Formats: sequence, C-alpha cells, structure tokens
Amino acid sequence: MTDITRRDALQGLLAIPAGLALSPDAVERARAHVAEALVDQGTPAKQGAAQPAAYQPKQFSPDEWHLVRLLVDDVIPRDAHSGSATEAGVPEFMDFILGEYASNQQWMRDGLAWMNAECRRRFDKGFVSCTVPQRHEVLDAIAFPQRAAPEMRAGVEFLNRFRNLTASGYYSSRIGIADLGYVGNRPVAEWEGTPPEVMKWLGP
Amino acid sequence: MAQATPRAQPATTYDVAIIGSGAGGGMAAHELTKAGANVVMLEAGGMWDNARDSAMFRMPYDSPRRGASTPERPFGEWDACIGGWQVPGEPYTKAEGTKFDWWRARMLGGRTNHWGRISLRFGPDDFRRKTLDGLGDDWPISYDDVKPWYDEVDKLIGIFGSVENLRNDPDGMFHEAPAPRYYEHLVKRTSDKMGVTCIPARLSIITKPLNGRAPCHYCGQCNRGCATNSNFSSGNVLIIPALRSGRLKLITDAMAREVLTGADGRATGVAYIEKTTGEDREVRAKVVVLAASACESARILLNSRSARHPNGIANQSGVVGKYLTDTTGTDVAGFIPRLVDVPRHNADGVGGGHIFMPWWLDNRKLDFPRGYHIEVWGGLGMPSYGFMGGIQNYPDGGGYGAGLKQQYRKYWGATVGFSGRGEMVPNGNSYCEIDPEVKDRFGIPVLRFHWEWRDHEYRQVKHMQETFRALIAEMGGEVWSPMPTREQGYGIANGGAIIHELGCVRMGTSERDSAVDANCRAWDCDNLFVADGGPFVSQADKNPTWTILALAMRTSAYITAQRKAGAL
Ligand SMILES: Cc1cc2nc3c(=O)[nH]c(=O)nc-3n(C[C@H](O)[C@H](O)[C@H](O)COP(=O)(O)OP(=O)(O)OC[C@H]3O[C@@H](n4cnc5c(N)ncnc54)[C@H](O)[C@@H]3O)c2cc1C
Ligand code: SF4
Repeated sequence: MTDITRRDALQGLLAIPAGLALSPDAVERARAHVAEALVDQGTPAKQGAAQPAAYQPKQFSPDEWHLVRLLVDDVIPRDAHSGSATEAGVPEFMDFILGEYASNQQWMRDGLAWMNAECRRRFDKGFVSCTVPQRHEVLDAIAFPQRAAPEMRAGVEFLNRFRNLTASGYYSSRIGIADLGYVGNRPVAEWEGTPPEVMKWLGP
Repeated sequence: MAQATPRAQPATTYDVAIIGSGAGGGMAAHELTKAGANVVMLEAGGMWDNARDSAMFRMPYDSPRRGASTPERPFGEWDACIGGWQVPGEPYTKAEGTKFDWWRARMLGGRTNHWGRISLRFGPDDFRRKTLDGLGDDWPISYDDVKPWYDEVDKLIGIFGSVENLRNDPDGMFHEAPAPRYYEHLVKRTSDKMGVTCIPARLSIITKPLNGRAPCHYCGQCNRGCATNSNFSSGNVLIIPALRSGRLKLITDAMAREVLTGADGRATGVAYIEKTTGEDREVRAKVVVLAASACESARILLNSRSARHPNGIANQSGVVGKYLTDTTGTDVAGFIPRLVDVPRHNADGVGGGHIFMPWWLDNRKLDFPRGYHIEVWGGLGMPSYGFMGGIQNYPDGGGYGAGLKQQYRKYWGATVGFSGRGEMVPNGNSYCEIDPEVKDRFGIPVLRFHWEWRDHEYRQVKHMQETFRALIAEMGGEVWSPMPTREQGYGIANGGAIIHELGCVRMGTSERDSAVDANCRAWDCDNLFVADGGPFVSQADKNPTWTILALAMRTSAYITAQRKAGAL
C-alpha cells in the first residue's frame, strides 16, 4: 500500500472532529478501522526499486559509476534469499547521498581511485576489468580489518565506509527490509508482548 | 473640516499573554482558556499539527534520503522537531572552555513533538535535597503540594505505567503498560539477578481511549509525532483543543524580545518580532506568562530592562540565569551473543522503552550524592539510514558477499544499550548570561553559557559506566568500547546535551536569592509568571516534563484564583 493510500485510510479516524467527545466505543471502532485499513502492505512502491539502466548519475563519472555498480554487488550480492544491492537501487541511493551530504564525496572518490590503483598494482588493470576472483582477492585483503596488512589501511577504511553506506541503502530498501523480515511500523490493535515462540527461543 | 489626526486603534488587551507553546505554555493556555480567560500566545516557530504533519507509517524507501537527517531536522527527516543544536540566525555563545549544547525547537508544541515521553513524577526527597544531604537548596514546595497537580495531569493527558509503591518514585494514575520486548525480558531478568530495580516504563502514551483520543496502536514512531494523538504533544493535546474554546489567539512566527512594563514596574505586554515581515510588534495583556524554555525565558527576563528593572525583570537578586542545570548522561551498548538470530516478529511496541530502572541505591553508601535512572534500548526497530554501521566490529570481523548478508541477518537485534540519566547538583559556575556583544538576526542579545561538571557528577557517571558494563557482562555480552577514563570524564555528555535545561529562573522563599515565588510569580512584578523549567530549584533522577506540566497547571490555577479575586 503506498503512503498516499495509507494516509487516506487514516482519514477515517482523523475526520472525526477532535472536539467531539467520543464514546470509548466509537474510539474503539475507529481504531479497529485504522487497524483493518492499514494492515495490507502489499503493492510495491515506485521509489527504492532498481532504476532503469538509463539512470544518469550526478556525482559519479561513468567509470566510477561502473565500478560502484560492481562493488555494491560484491558487497551485497543476490543470494537464494533476496536480490542484490543494484537490484535494491543502492548505487542510485549513493548518488543521491553524495549530492546531499557533500562530506561523503572525498572519501568515496579517493576510495574508488584506491581500488583501481590496487587492482593495477596486482593485475595491471582497473577494477572493472578484473575477473571476479581478482576482485575478490582485493576485497579479501581489505574486508577484514583485524587481519588486513598494515599497508592496506587506506583500502580497509574505505571499505568500512563503503560497506556501511551500501548497508544503509540496501537495508532501507523494500528488498532489504523484506530480507531482514522487519514487520513493524504498522498499526497493531492489541500489544500482546513478545510472542510465545520467541519467549521459548529466549529460554528461561 | 474635521481633525484628520489618525488615532491608533487601542490594541486589544488580553487577559493573559503566553510566550512559547511547549509543555509549560501549552498547559497554561489550556487551563487559562478553560477558566474563561482571553489568552494570546506568541510562538517563535510555525504551525504544526500532528494529524496533518506526522510522518507516521512512512517507510524508509518512501524517501531517497532513507530517513537521514536534514539541517532542519537533525534527528532525521521525519523526526517531529524543527530546530536543533543550531538554529540559523539565532546563535548562542560559550565562555572559553565551556562545553554546552542547547537544543531549541521552533514550532507549535516546541520540544514536546519529538520528546521521549518518559514521564516521571519527582518524589518527596527531590524537593528537599538540602535538608537530606546539605547540597544545593530545598524547594519552597513539597511533593504534597504538587501531588494533586500530577494527578490532574495524569487524568488530562494520560500516562501508562505500573503501581510499584516505590518511596521516591511515586505512582500515578496509570493506563496499563505494554508488556516487554524480547530483549527487555532478558534485561529484566538480569537486573533482578543483580538487585537493580527494573519496572515497566512510564510514558505519556495512552493505552485506552482518553478524552476523545484513540489509544496507541504500537507503530513505534512516537518521535515522528502521533497522527492519532495517542501520545502527548503540547500542540495537539493542549493547544489545538484550547483553540476550539475561541478564547485563544495563537500568533506563530512571533519572536518575543522583551516583556514590556509600565511606570509602576508591572507587566503591560510583550514586544515581539513578526518573523514573516521582520516588523516590531507588541501585544498587551494584564498578565504575562513566560514559557519559552528555561534558558530562553531567562534570556527574555534579562533583556527586559527598564528604570524599574535595571538588571532585567525578576532579577533584583542577580539570580536569573544562575544555577542552570541539565541531566547527566552516558551510554553503553553491548553485543549479546544469546540474542543472535532472534526469530522475526514485530518488536516495535511504543516509541520508547517498555521498561526502565528507577534509582535503586542509597547515596549515603556511595561516593556521589545523587541518583540516576536507566533507559534501555535495542530490538528490531525499523531499519533506515545508518543501519548497523560498523559491522566489522561484530565477531566475524567484517567481510563481503553472501556471508556478509548472513551477518546482517543474524546480528540484527542482538545489541542492547543502556543510557544513564542522573541528577546533577546545581553549582555557581554553571549559568547563562547575556553576551555583551552578540545579537541574533532579530537584533536580540543572545545567551552566553558557562558550564562545569563537578566530582559529584563525574563519580556518578563512572558508576553508570560500571553498572552498564556489569549488566552486559551478566547477560553474556561484550562491550566494544573501553571504559572511559577520568580524563575522558568517564564518558559524561556535554552540559545541555541531555536536553533537560532547568533552573535558571529559580523559585524560592525570598526575593534575595530567587527570581520567583512558590507560585512561579516574579518577586518584583506581580503579574508575571514563569511556566517552564526555569523555576526548578533542582533536577532529580527523573526527566522533568511531567513536573513542568504539573507546575504550569498549578500556576495557572493560581492565576485564575487571583483573577477571580480581582488581584490581577
Ligand atoms: C529529543 C528529546 C527527548 C526528550 N525526552 C524527554 C523525556 O523523555 N521526558 C521528559 O520529561 N523530557 C524530555 N525532553 C525534554 C522536554 O522536551 C522538555 O522538558 C519540554 O519540552 C520543555 O517544555 P518547555 O515548556 O520548556 O517548552 P519547549 O518544549 O522548550 O518549547 C518552548 C517553545 O517556545 C518557543 N520560543 C522560544 N523562544 C521564544 C521567543 N523568544 N518568543 C516566542 N516563542 C519562543 C519555542 O519555539 C518553543 O516552541 C526531551 C527533549 C528532547 C529534545
Ligand atoms: S507508538 Fe503509539 S503513541 Fe507512538 S506514534 Fe505510534 S500509535 Fe502513536
């Protein structure tokens, strides 16, 4: 259900003049109405889904854009359970964030350049021209800060931030939220506390 | 030919002018209009109506920003607070070496739109600390004086909680509190084991219908403003209903500059700047109530100088601005392995903790004089911008690819955090005053802050850190940040950062050392009252707003009685 219709559904409740002293009954009915009207969260939204290929990045050069699209999917690929970062619109999200929060531009630009330089040093070609195992070799060298070599520090710091931003974009997307199984931000008629099966899982 | 001299239309003289629409101003407007007064309210910010402006039910993907902050909304794009640590064109300054943060809301309802709704009564001890331990000052009133007003606030606004019969954490007239979330069960068990009192939260959220408002539907989004008004905001629960009385004139975008006084020193009205035009205007009133937030009310008083009030109103003793206090605070979070892979379910509940720990120890047996309460956080809250930042700190140490996705899934919801919120002892070096040089964009002199934490506060915060680390260890968890050192102030937050500014227009028994009397009336101006946190003599180990509301209601009743008696 899109936000607009959710809002419309709320009207049933909001249209009641607040000055009117409502009987508890009427309030209960209104509440049931909101609950019923809003439980359905079905239809996919327009925003946040993967953008058509024609998307023109504003903050990334064409080369950077190519790299970013490969790298976000190296970080969060499609798996048996859910779609990839590009499917979730993460590159477009990053493009927006860099435009709105300019403090992200420098580390991103430097980091993408570092990735290319490291690939050239190892394989004599830029990141996007590397094979998947070659890309993974570089990622293995920087993705685990505790075991990374000291000279990989710039790459480690970049990937920490890049991974954070990828996760921000991915897990706030429709695909990512479904992946996590977040089922809140919706009206609940009665709060029943922690479900019995979760209490059982928690143990004594 | 008739004389053409234009005669200014005599301005309306209202019964009462209120400055500010937060907790205190909203309560005063509600009570005074109910009692038949014609009231004008000046609010520096714009209109805000949760029924219209709340972003309840928005999902992060409804915006390309995914909930991240904006300059206007520093706590996130859907947070119901327009304002922040800095307000454009309205600076404040700090004395050298002072660390102080001042949060200001600029909107109808002030900070009560996105506040945490933790609504705790002060207890009997909290009004008489000096008698008990010799530090600070006693209030001129006691818990028994305020108790009936707390009861009235409970009935009017609504609050959930549980009856516990704790001596210094008085019970209220509670709606039923929601049951704990999964991690809160674990915290509760752990607290019980360690002898830390842990009880259901007390939040101003209604769980059954009240005064035409629908009960909470547990969407967890209180800070966005509640579109069904199931929680307390001053705008929707007090002011909009007061507007329906027809006796409240609300003027938004009206920045009060000073209280105007006559030759006799009594208040005649308020001078303000109409922000939309930049023009100077005034309202006339028989009574003026300041409720612009504690520091801002001090600022207005200090800027209201005249022959009768050369140091500002209520300031014969020079005490206005002095004894400014904030709550102490520090936070610790831990990773709890036994919460890994929590089965998915809706753990949102209300927009706040369902449990908390009131102060449970005896300060006479400790090396610091005042207590604190603990707020608990964690859970499966809505993912949005900033989701699980720093995944490399979790046991897998980072990674990428399908394995990384698996980490986000299993570690989500496995972190629990504790925030300590404690009482500071008022001190002479924590205060605000008028900066002799700096003015805001309206030409109004601004505040300059001075701040000092003392050993009382440092030792208390050290105790918080140790307690939270012990709780996490007992839960089998790990804390990734090292215990902060004395040099790091044991992790104490800056003054002002917990956003409980109180005390700089303190009440007392004598005009020699206080600004207002026990009814919050200025000693030297009998038709001027203060209805925000300014009159507080001390903090408590409780958040202040329920007491601000109770005192504002009590002050309003006093004004009404005085008006009826013909004295105002
Ligand atoms: C994030 C957050 C969480 C909080 N959580 C809690 C909590 O859980 N429990 C609790 O008890 N408290 C909490 N508080 C504190 C609580 O919000 C305040 O105690 C309460 O709002 C204070 O009420 P007030 O009457 O001082 O007015 P405020 O809410 O501060 O409002 C003052 C109003 O006056 C207006 N104003 C200021 N200057 C002028 C002027 N010169 N002319 C005209 N109008 C002016 C402002 O625009 C504003 O609207 C929290 C605050 C924040 C920010
Ligand atoms: S949790 Fe309850 S009170 Fe809070 S916003 Fe949702 S419905 Fe309103």
